[in-house]
Amino acid sequence: MEKFDILSAIAAPLLEANIDTDKIIPARFLKTIQRSGLGKFAFYAQRYDENGNENKDFILNREPYRHAQILITYENFGCGSSREHAPWALLDMGIRCVIAPSFADIFFNNSFKNGILPIVLPRAICDQLVEDCKLGANARITIDLKKQQIIRPNGETIDFDVDPLRKQLLLDGMDDIAQTLQYVKEIDQFEEKRKENQPWFPSIQSKELNP
Amino acid sequence: MKARTLFDKLWDSHVVEKLPNGTSVLYIDRHLVHEVTSPQAFEGLRMSHRRLRHPEATLAVIDHNVPTTDRDQPIAEEQSRQQIEALQRNVKEFDVPFIPLLSDKQGIVHVVGPEQGVSLPGMTIVCGDSHTSTHGALGALAFGIGTSEVEHVMATQTLLQKPAKNLKIEIEGTPKVGITAKDIILAVIGKIGTAGGTGHVIEFTGSVVRNMDMAGRMTLCNMAIEAGARAGLVAPDEITFEYIKGRPFAPKAKDFEQAVAYWRTLATDEGAHYDRVVQININDLEPMITWGNSPEDVIPITGKVPDPAEIADESQRKRKQRMLEYMGLKPGQPIKGVKIDAIFIGSCTNSRIEDLRIAAQIAKGRKVADHVWALVVPGSGLIKKQAEAEGLDKIFKEAGFEWREAGCSMCLAMNPDRLQPGQRCASTSNRNFEGRQGPDSRTHLVSPAMAAAAAIKGELTDVREMM
Repeated sequence: MEKFDILSAIAAPLLEANIDTDKIIPARFLKTIQRSGLGKFAFYAQRYDENGNENKDFILNREPYRHAQILITYENFGCGSSREHAPWALLDMGIRCVIAPSFADIFFNNSFKNGILPIVLPRAICDQLVEDCKLGANARITIDLKKQQIIRPNGETIDFDVDPLRKQLLLDGMDDIAQTLQYVKEIDQFEEKRKENQPWFPSIQSKELNP
Repeated sequence: MKARTLFDKLWDSHVVEKLPNGTSVLYIDRHLVHEVTSPQAFEGLRMSHRRLRHPEATLAVIDHNVPTTDRDQPIAEEQSRQQIEALQRNVKEFDVPFIPLLSDKQGIVHVVGPEQGVSLPGMTIVCGDSHTSTHGALGALAFGIGTSEVEHVMATQTLLQKPAKNLKIEIEGTPKVGITAKDIILAVIGKIGTAGGTGHVIEFTGSVVRNMDMAGRMTLCNMAIEAGARAGLVAPDEITFEYIKGRPFAPKAKDFEQAVAYWRTLATDEGAHYDRVVQININDLEPMITWGNSPEDVIPITGKVPDPAEIADESQRKRKQRMLEYMGLKPGQPIKGVKIDAIFIGSCTNSRIEDLRIAAQIAKGRKVADHVWALVVPGSGLIKKQAEAEGLDKIFKEAGFEWREAGCSMCLAMNPDRLQPGQRCASTSNRNFEGRQGPDSRTHLVSPAMAAAAAIKGELTDVREMM
């Protein structure tokens, strides 16, 4: 996973609430067995016309937003399926940060695990940032994860919250498994205790599935 | 001891370690795996030279991609075939229990888990699929995870999680004839919205739920995710235990009695705290149907398509206007009588034997309208077999429905079952998102009875007129 510390980038506004995971990446593009390469299918229905040509009206096809690494959007972003292909597709098209008033739970978790920082800010502040997006090709929004601050093009700062553990993993670019494996002894103990308390607890044996 | 909810008890009994930031290492009892969200997780294990900590707590099945016809033939679609073959290779390499495609037991992962007795009360159950919430109907904490988490569970048999809040949805009243669990859950989502349950686990309670069969409870919990909740729950009771008894992987004899004794302790204690309570009375509930592209866009079949002009918030108004355009509907138009091109009976929401029986009752002795493509896809091979033993397949086929093999099929159209652009479908599945059943497809979510009725009439219709 790529580290995340300071990101200074073009931000694109997606002025819709409830952007669902089917919109971010339609199910027919989930047939890959790799994580990479999904960027070209992101927002497919909005981004391309029926002949597969870019739809010029769609914001992420326009300059400078086609180079955006930050999305500013509205409530309940990422609702719907648990497909991690959604953050993979965003990441593959270069998105490292999504700012919205709220996120769907699974998408929110999936983002962190792929080096994308989801930031929750009130709608009014999102609207200010949307105005910043419109300041032209040279305007940048800066995200400083260590300080938990957004720096607007005019130099003003906006503080944001982030879970301390998630923050550290992002800063280090470290995966969760390594973190959890520090607790292997505790997991062993949990399993032993369960064997004692629930001796009836069944396991799944392959031979019963394929007799 | 403090009074606790069902969720609190499930959570507490699986905490391995509490971390300083409020996250816990949570033990996972069952991991269900399918072909779409697992290949990158197996790849991750391979790259880091890790193995599954507990293959015998894991069950893999192919469901999302599979064709529902000609199962003995090679899979035509290249990428689908690759994904399926990847899972077949991976389960061999990592010793994961696996249900092969041609087994009777094959089916939709959320139908197979309960059917095989793999999913049991008191467990934590995860799968790389949001509709894992279905298994909550058994009184298990069951939720969908992403592929990184799939890999995490494979490697550690745990997840890093924060506790959810408790939301109680109390359903009271007496349902009128023709009202099913699907109508109830659509009404609930209409009431609380698709973000209404965010950060919460929903426990469904009340006399309606207590009297509901397991299939209905699974339909409720299945769509808890469409209300934004992390999971849905129903307290295990006699109906649950009766359902589990004798299933292949359920505890047997003395073990079963011991298990039941434990499962009885799981129900919410008197006086336990819920962060939020929503009460719904279903005395006057009518068959429900969605008109838009979010499951919260729901109206009774006797209702009219809402007028977005009445919405004050601009982005919300534009969104609903866009939906009407996409769905090809007009504000104020009665939803009843809108012509359809297809119906789909199936999916982890509504493909159990009970669902097929209700639909067959409506189909019996009638004919599907000439212009309608009607698809019935059982949730598992065993359900298909049971339905055939009861003669339901004959009823469907004689009426002009297509009778297919088990799989996810046109719920998300990853296999060849999909709508043409612009086609309109009455569907028993769970999502009416843009493009869900094929590019530019139009989906109306309904109960199995309503879908069967729509097939016969050739338009969206009130099933009660046909009962």
